[in-house]
Parts: sequence; C-alpha cells; structure tokens
Amino acid sequence: MQLRRGSLTLNLSVVLALVAMTLLAACGDPTATTAPAATTAVATTAASATTAAAATTAASAATTAASATTAAAGATTAATAGGKLSGEIKVAALLTLTGDNSVYGSSQKNALELAIGEINDNKFLGGATIKLVVLDDKGDKQEGISVMTKALEQEKVSAVLGPTLSATAFAADPLAQKAGIPVLGMSNTANGITEMGNFVFRNSLPESGVIPGVIDAVKAKSSPKKAAVLYEVTNEFTKSAYDVFKASLEKNGIQISGTESYNKGDTDFRTQLNKLKAGGPDILVVSGLIGEAIPIVQQAREVGITQPIVGGNGFNSPNIYKQAKDAAEGIVVGSAWFLGSPNPKSKAFVDAYKKKYNADPDQFSAQAYDAAYLMATALKTAGSTDAKAIRDALAGIKDFDGVLGKFSFDANRNPVHPPVVLTVKGGKFDVYG
Amino acid sequence: MVDPSLLTNPVYLLQNLVDGLARGAVYAVFALGFTLIFGVLDIVNLAHAATYMWCAFVGWIVMSEWGLPLPVGLLAAMLAGGLIAVGLEFVAFRPLRQEGAERLAPMISSIGASIIMVSLAETFFSAQTKRFPSGVLDPKPLYLGGTDGVRVSWAQLLIVVVSIVLMVGLGYLIRRTRTGKAIRAVAYSQRAARLLGINVNRIVVITFFIGGLLAGAAGILIGLLTNNIAPGIGAQIELRGLAVVILGGLGNIEGAVIGGLLLGLVETFTIAYFQKGGDYKDAIAFLILFLILLVRPNGLLGRKEANRA
Repeated sequence: MQLRRGSLTLNLSVVLALVAMTLLAACGDPTATTAPAATTAVATTAASATTAAAATTAASAATTAASATTAAAGATTAATAGGKLSGEIKVAALLTLTGDNSVYGSSQKNALELAIGEINDNKFLGGATIKLVVLDDKGDKQEGISVMTKALEQEKVSAVLGPTLSATAFAADPLAQKAGIPVLGMSNTANGITEMGNFVFRNSLPESGVIPGVIDAVKAKSSPKKAAVLYEVTNEFTKSAYDVFKASLEKNGIQISGTESYNKGDTDFRTQLNKLKAGGPDILVVSGLIGEAIPIVQQAREVGITQPIVGGNGFNSPNIYKQAKDAAEGIVVGSAWFLGSPNPKSKAFVDAYKKKYNADPDQFSAQAYDAAYLMATALKTAGSTDAKAIRDALAGIKDFDGVLGKFSFDANRNPVHPPVVLTVKGGKFDVYG
Repeated sequence: MVDPSLLTNPVYLLQNLVDGLARGAVYAVFALGFTLIFGVLDIVNLAHAATYMWCAFVGWIVMSEWGLPLPVGLLAAMLAGGLIAVGLEFVAFRPLRQEGAERLAPMISSIGASIIMVSLAETFFSAQTKRFPSGVLDPKPLYLGGTDGVRVSWAQLLIVVVSIVLMVGLGYLIRRTRTGKAIRAVAYSQRAARLLGINVNRIVVITFFIGGLLAGAAGILIGLLTNNIAPGIGAQIELRGLAVVILGGLGNIEGAVIGGLLLGLVETFTIAYFQKGGDYKDAIAFLILFLILLVRPNGLLGRKEANRA
C-alpha cells in the first residue's frame, strides 16, 4: 500500500537535507573532541612552564608568609589576611542540571548551597559573604562555554566551581584560564584537566588516582584471569578512564578478552554484551556515565554476565543500585568518599545534608561540599578578591581537614587524599574487601 | 575482526538475529506513526518524537507511580498520544493549512512544538532518567534451547509481536475500511477529496489521532525494552525514525516496518562482527541507507509517483 503524495522529490530532498544536518551535528561531537585534545597539548607545554613557577610561588608563600613572593598576591592583602574582606563575593557554580547527567549536578548544587549557607551563617569570612551564582551547563560543551562567558563577563565572579563534566571543563575552563579567574573542578576526573593552565584546580581524584587501586583490590580479592571492557567512545572522561583501566589490567596481568564501545545516548547494549560474554571474562569493566550505566548493568545480567562489574567514576551514585536494583549487586567502584566514612567531618556533613534534603549525599555532594570550603579557605587566606591572590592561596592549601579526609593540592593542582573501594551489597554501597 | 570462533557459531548468529530484530522493531514502531502523517498529510511532523516521549512518561506515571498493570499503561499512553497529536493538529498545523502557508511551514511549527514539549517535560519530570518498576515484565529472559541457547527477553518478544500486530492492523484500517478509503483519498489530493464530499479536516484529525496512538505504543514498548525514560529520548530516535521512513518508502506502512527491522539488523551485525563495531555502527548503517536509496530512490517498497495510491 502506498499513500499518494504531492511533490515527492521536494519532500525527499528536504528530509535528506535534514538527515544530513542532524548527522553532521551528531558527528560534530566526536570531531570536536579532537579540538580540546589539541588545545590541551598546547596548554600542557605552556602549563609546564607556568606550573613550575606556580609551585614555587605556592611553596614559598606557605613557608615564608611575609616574604617578597606574597607581593604577587597584591599590596592590598598586606598582613591582615581575612580581615579586609567585606560585602558579597560572587562565586559561580557551573553545574549540569538538565539532561541525563543532572544526577551529578543536582547533588553538587545541594551540597554547595548547604556549605555556602554554613559559611555565611557562621561568618567564616568575617564581614563578607559568598553569593553562589548557579548556572546550568546542561552537560553540553557549547552551553558550558556560554555560561562560563556569562559568569566571567556579566556576573564578574571571583572564582568558578565546576563544571560538572570533564568534557564541558575542557571546553569552558580555557576561558577562565585566559581571564585569570580560578576554576575549581569538583567532579572532573579525566586526565589532563589541570594541564589546561595554572588557574585550573580540581578536588576530585582523577581516574589515574582511583582506578589502579580498584583493579589492585579486585585482583587481590578474586584474582580474575580475563576481563571484558565496555566504554563510551564519545566522551573524554569515559575514554580516559578506559585508558587507565586498560593500563591497570595489563599491569596486573589480567588478560583483556574483549573490548567494545558505544555512543552517548545508546540504549541497547545487548549485542556488545553478548559478544563480550563469548570471551568468557571473569570481570566486566565498564567506563560509562550513569545514564547508560544503569541499562548496561541490567542488560549485562539479562544476557547472562553474572561476573562482578567494575565501574568507573560514573557508577559512583546511589542511583546505580536504586534503579538497577538486583542487577547492581556485585558492582565494584572506586570512590573518593563513602557515605559510611568514620571521619567526624564527614559524619557531620552527612547529618546536615540529610536534615536539609531528606536524602543521602553521594560522592559528588561530598566533593562539592569540600570544594565550597576550599574556596572559602582560599578567600580567607588571600584576604582579597584579587583573582591571583585567591589562586595562590588555593594552590597553597595543605592538609585541609575536610569531608574527604586530609586534603592537599599537589604541584599540578590535583587533589591528594586517600580513595576507597566500594561494592554494592544488599542494595547499598559497602566497603569492598 | 572478531574472535574467529564467533564467526561460525550458530547460536551467536541466531542471538544477534533476535537482538537485531528487537532493536529494529523499536525503529519500526516509532516510524509507523511518523510515516502515516508523512504519507497522508505531506507533513514532516518533527513533534512526533516529542509526542512519543510524553507517552513514555504517561506510561511511567500510570505503571510506576500508580502501580497499574502494563495493559492499562499501554492504553493510557496510546490515548495520551492520540490526544496530544490531535492537539498539535489544532494548534500547530491546522492554522497553517487554512492560511495556505508554505510547504515547509508545518515542519518548522512542529519543531517549535517539539521544543516546547521537551522543555515542559524537563520542567515536570526533571531531567533525570526514569525507569519502569522491575515488576512490569519478568526480567528473566526466555531461552530457546537451554541456557546456552538463544535468549529472548520478554520486552524483546513484546516489541516484535506488537510492532507486527500494529503494522497489520494499520494496513487493514487503511486498505479495508471506509475511514481508510477516506484517508487514502485525502492523501491523494485534499482538494479532490473535498470535492467528493469528504470532510477533510475530520480525516486529518483522525489521521493525527492514529499517528498519536502509534507514538504512544512506541513510547511504552521502547521504554520497556531500553528501560530509559527521559525528556531527551525523542531526539535519540528521531533521526533513525526519519531514515527508516525514507528507507521503507514515504508513507509506506510495511516499508516502515521492514526498513526499521533492516536498520536494527545492520546495526546489530556491525557491532557483532566487527572489532569495536559500536564506534561506527551509525556510519555503516547510514552508508547502507544511502546505497539503497541510490538503487531505489523511492525507498525499498516505494513506487514511482504515478503508480501509487
């Protein structure tokens, strides 16, 4: 049966043009990923020069507080650190609040609002208060660039927290670097984030700081011989985590029986999983974000992969066991933080968060909460809203006592603190081992 | 290439056939309503994907929030789809038709409607992905030939069966009923149909309603198969839906189903038999689509314009 139509050729060409346009748009993503990679490479060379300088500044600032190097922090700072701050200090938070990855962004937003509320109520900065400017980056590179521009040019913020996703950070952070405004990533775990420049920080352990420990722990517990790997190919973070997984597996002498990939937004993973299952793996390693991770876990069980599933940072959300239910049992994931942590700071945070939001915080909220305090501490130490002074104060933070434990920035503005390995047992996260 | 033992493994081949058909049935179900509106009204209704997304949410509310069984959820979603589509006809399409707007105008207004619908969904349901409760369908799959044999999940079975039922039902409605005859007359020429005393506006509303019912069925079935309900799911499938409509032949019901199944099989076999096939399954699928259109410019089942209707 065929329905009669008007001018077919016109319609066909219109539709084909549409298909072509959408395809181009879709292809834009993977091609665009090469661009940040290139900029990162450039930034690395530039950064290696500046990092050395920055590290020395920070170190000397820490040792000799009143030495000549602090002059860089500006004459206004003088000796009365913290005393000169007044009024409202604007800090932007670039968060993913729409789309699949809003799971992470909304956790961060809650924790930031909790922390900033405490900071202001307790007069942490004396007479000054922090005004949090929350902007939705939609988990999108273009949108990230646009809200970063808004934060820097219209809101004229003193510092930026975020963005939520590494991919967005690679697109947006160079703007802050160029403007000389410090950015503190709270969930960026891809390799190369802080290589973008000396104003870019993160307090989220990079994949390279977590995954090797996870694979070591799995090796020690169940000594798997073969691992199957599935990862999202259209995202910088999941790709860089895949690289770290691969290296860690090889280092531990675990044979990779198969590697498969998928694209953002895919929903049917049965074919990949079925193929991986044929290799007879002892563990399934998945580097993916939560939106896809849940169906992957469920479909893995459906096709008959009963082996433990080792996940990347994307698995680090209670949604994994709340939504994937029984299929989530046996998942192993490395984490910067754990809800049941005995650290008193962490306990106090969990109680306050539960009281305010009537829900358990996750790792992303813990990191965001600490990020707010790290930024406030830097503001206090700098005693001014001068961006360079804040940057230097942030870089000088050592042994900060926070929710994540004893926290320091290393010379490359990456976090140093102990990670934990978790597993899903009885419908919740528990310490693995 | 893949492990050579897989190339000759018959169970693996059959398994991929099953998974590919199920994947393709997703595209087929979605494309049915799409191609109907396309064929009858000459409108590229880009709000079809948004309608589908809203129906998935309606089904989710009925089944997950209210705890009602699957048949009720399916009916509610289909009805919601029908009503939304009719609403679109009144708001987005009829005013343009009456003003005798440009050919492309309805498509543009459907894009607008789609954006509004997606934004509303983001507001109402937050952007977080929703999942159907686990009790809706048994998560344990069926096995043909023991647990080492071919696996078929209930959702896969359901979607393949329902897509075929809908195709046959829609074909019967269009070909054998009085309403179907009127729909075909309107598709041939709205002017001629009007001269024959057919109430064109009424037929258009009916067509939109049927298209909406199909979007509703697609919303539930795809939601069950992928367990992924979010405001963005329409955009994920829209492009493939369009491709399937063209592949099958514009406005061709059987063509949409065959085109959908074919696309699903090609994607599945690309992943199954090529190393890291997931990277370029889309590229291969659309290359094949392009080649088919080179040989058969009117689509697989499409006929030359003069011979149709």
